[in-house]
Amino acid sequence: MEQVYWLAGAMFAGFAVRSVGDRANRKRFGNTAFWGLLAVSFLFGSELGDLANGILVLALTALGATAMGLGSPKTTTVAEREATARTQGNAVLTPALLIPIVAIAGTLTLGKVRIEGMPLADPKQVTLIALALGIVIALVVAMLRFRPPALAPVEEGRRLSDAIGWAIILPQLLASLGAVFAISGVGGAVGRIATTWLPLGHPFAAVVAYCVGMALFTMVMGNAFAAFPVMTAAIGLPLIVHRFGGDPAIMGSVGMLAGYCGTLVTPMAANYNIVPAALLELPDRNGVIRVQIPTAIPLLLCNIVLMFILVFRF
Amino acid sequence: MALARYRAAMSLWPLLGIAVLVIGFAAGVNPLIAIVAAALTTGIAAGLSPLHLIAALGKAYDDSRYVSIIWLILPVIGLLEREGLQERARMLIARVRAATVGRVLIAYLALRQITVAVGLTSLCGQAQTVRPLIAPMAEAAAEVSIGPLSAPTRYVIRAYAASADNVGAFFGEDIFIAVSSILLIKGFLQQSGFDIAPLRLSLWAIPTALTAFAIHGFRLLRLDARLKRLAAEKSS
Repeated sequence: MEQVYWLAGAMFAGFAVRSVGDRANRKRFGNTAFWGLLAVSFLFGSELGDLANGILVLALTALGATAMGLGSPKTTTVAEREATARTQGNAVLTPALLIPIVAIAGTLTLGKVRIEGMPLADPKQVTLIALALGIVIALVVAMLRFRPPALAPVEEGRRLSDAIGWAIILPQLLASLGAVFAISGVGGAVGRIATTWLPLGHPFAAVVAYCVGMALFTMVMGNAFAAFPVMTAAIGLPLIVHRFGGDPAIMGSVGMLAGYCGTLVTPMAANYNIVPAALLELPDRNGVIRVQIPTAIPLLLCNIVLMFILVFRF
Repeated sequence: MALARYRAAMSLWPLLGIAVLVIGFAAGVNPLIAIVAAALTTGIAAGLSPLHLIAALGKAYDDSRYVSIIWLILPVIGLLEREGLQERARMLIARVRAATVGRVLIAYLALRQITVAVGLTSLCGQAQTVRPLIAPMAEAAAEVSIGPLSAPTRYVIRAYAASADNVGAFFGEDIFIAVSSILLIKGFLQQSGFDIAPLRLSLWAIPTALTAFAIHGFRLLRLDARLKRLAAEKSS
């Protein structure tokens, strides 16, 4: 896994170096510093102390929020792209399809390969390692097939990463916030509020409180995984299962999916909602959330009804 | 630390961080700033010392670097875009006469839900498929059926492409028994004294999966009608 981090570090270092000389970007030094620090995090993060990593996070936040602009790396024009798309045919699709194929094949095999009794890849992270492997293979195939300038991967990668900008560290920062929330006891506090303030004397009220609570708490945390233990311990098990005799499997399964309805509508779920808006170059960073709200609300209602019908019957 | 833990367990002050976060997002502060402010507020309210807190944040950030591994894909996707990937995806879809935005995205929604349900979570994704393939295909399908698109229309179509990926992934993955959320549910219920087979949990994810497909699929079809109406208003 450490090698995959080195690869990512090298990539961000490349973005940093190529950003320095990009005179079209008035904030080019900000970009250099941001990508440079990100490279440091990936290359040396494991050696740096916790405090140094913490200061790095604060610096990345400050730079990302204030000091980044859009670079103008060399790329091809739309007309050139249409021409190559016509002449090269479907060859351009091959590397794009290679990534998932290698990722899946790798996931299935890498965990089992052993050299002198040591597994080649940590079984817990085998999916990510296989994905990285697929990306490297696809890159090599694309370079051999199209013979672009040697710096093209760095320049094209920088074109996309500048478009995403600060949002690139958002998912990772949110994961860290979750950890800080956890050591500060936020979950317990929410659970206490839910149980002390809500009237939960009827099975239907308990199901509504559990499902809506899952969705709301997921919206706050950006992640249904964080909400599940808290809401289930506070409402699900004591009321739905123990007092009203509901089935724990149905409660858990549908309850988690009620939480996912919350994931659809929160900017806290950055890698699903905010990062795609940046990837697709939408001017409104909540554009994806806006089109998901009308699906999330009826789906949450359906989950409540489904749970109420099923949980006390099986 | 023990005192901090005790106070954290008893007090509601750590919730201040959530308030900071909500206000920050609502006021349009840069999300990075809002998140760090929320983390610092909550930590201090829970009685952690500032240096401890920054170190805890740094450790958590370093431990979650794996979240960002997906960005390794940027140079490849950029390179393929340079060689006409999006244009090729457009050409392919423009040949299919029956293609509309709604139908393209429903097909993708179904594909995403089914592949995820059999465990192929990383087969598709926002960076892998939506940006390079699905969004351009949906836009091309719209151009075929209603003609040139205005920028706002284009953005709405792209947002729907992203939504099809999310809805498909969220409401398909729990059908697969070895996915982390199923294991989390099983693990938590086991600690509470219920030994439940993962297969049962997966099975009960199916009704919601079908409902999600019906609701979002219906909305994607309505999108076609909405785009047509917009086009008709423009041309009349």
